[in-house]
Amino acid sequence: MRIAVASGKGGTGKTTVATSLALSLDTTRTMVLDCDVEAPNAHLFLNPTFERREEVGILIPQVDGGRCSLCGRCAEVCQFHAIAVIGQNILVFPELCHGCGSCTLNCPEQAISEQLDVLGIIEAGPTPTGVYFARGVMKVGEPMAVPIIRELKRWDIEGGATSLSRQQDETYDWETIILDAPPGTSCPVVESVHGADFVALVTEPTPFGLHDLRLMVEVVHELDIPVGVVINRDGIGDAEVDKFCAEADLPVLMRIPLDRSIGAGIAQGKPLVAIRPEYTDHFRDLYRRILDIVQEAEL
Amino acid sequence: MKIAIPTETDNLDSLFHPRFGRAVSFIIFDTETEEWEAFPNPACNSHGGAGVQAAQFITKHGAQVVISGDFGPKAYNALAAGGVQMFLAPVDETLSIRELLARYQQGQLNQVSAPTNPGHHGSPSQG
Repeated sequence: MRIAVASGKGGTGKTTVATSLALSLDTTRTMVLDCDVEAPNAHLFLNPTFERREEVGILIPQVDGGRCSLCGRCAEVCQFHAIAVIGQNILVFPELCHGCGSCTLNCPEQAISEQLDVLGIIEAGPTPTGVYFARGVMKVGEPMAVPIIRELKRWDIEGGATSLSRQQDETYDWETIILDAPPGTSCPVVESVHGADFVALVTEPTPFGLHDLRLMVEVVHELDIPVGVVINRDGIGDAEVDKFCAEADLPVLMRIPLDRSIGAGIAQGKPLVAIRPEYTDHFRDLYRRILDIVQEAEL
Repeated sequence: MKIAIPTETDNLDSLFHPRFGRAVSFIIFDTETEEWEAFPNPACNSHGGAGVQAAQFITKHGAQVVISGDFGPKAYNALAAGGVQMFLAPVDETLSIRELLARYQQGQLNQVSAPTNPGHHGSPSQG
């Protein structure tokens, strides 16, 4: 079961929900992926010990000047103008390249090879609670988060993030993978939620919360993934989020009230279920409702 | 010698466009024959890499000189690789292509030997 926790609006409580949901389940069979590679923070609540680290990025073209006939086919097929043939020179602009490989495939002289342009790292390790954790961290100054998120997700699927402390030949079998998505509705968010069995949208009952929730619901519908809503800081703002959820047939799966003691605990790096242990049951209920919705959707 | 100038429209009396990659058209003027032609800029609405695309376009049309109000780092590198000389147009004056060409021919424009802005790539407007 892959559950993405997303929001549209930033600061609604995605990481609060993602980490406490993970801690309420069978932790040894649960993994959390922090996909907010521009500002990862889930590690603050899970305290992992990283045991694997890998540089990731995109493959950018490297041209063999001896073989290149300056035909210009590479520049013609590049949608991003990342490779140019000018006069007797061929230029590569790594910051424009998306790593699609079209230039390499289309070169009639096989003059292009590919080399890794590092955009960030992915790292993984166990946490004291048993939850396994992996995250991506983008290099400062890089503009593209999507390739890092893509590698992070692939790493998990291909077993790169399997705990070293487990037996080498033991086939790992995560029961639940929770993806903590970045805020917003742009490409990094789409990449994070793509392939999930369910998307939990965390919002707050304010005009800002509602505005960005609407946008995110559109994105998730477009991707055709079952979706439900968690209302955080319940009790502030107005009733418009509830009204929207009722009209749009979106189940409200959980409510977390505005509570100063929760805010203070989060600020100290404590997960919600450590601040208020009774929430473990609420998160288990949330998980059961998610399973029901996913099963229903599969029928 | 062919000179390329980014413009708002397509004749010698139109105003020059201060940004190289995003100009609507280029006028390419031949100083030997005094003939000129206007070409729509294929990079005008490009999602990114407009400077690189525009540089390839004008070098293909044989331009050896470009006059613009601005040369970003990628456009600069691409034009330099093509051996194109770059001259800076005064951006605080409203000049037609004809007036700008006269300034160039009188030697009143400064040649550029480095990019004139840090680049537009990744700016907020690009989403």
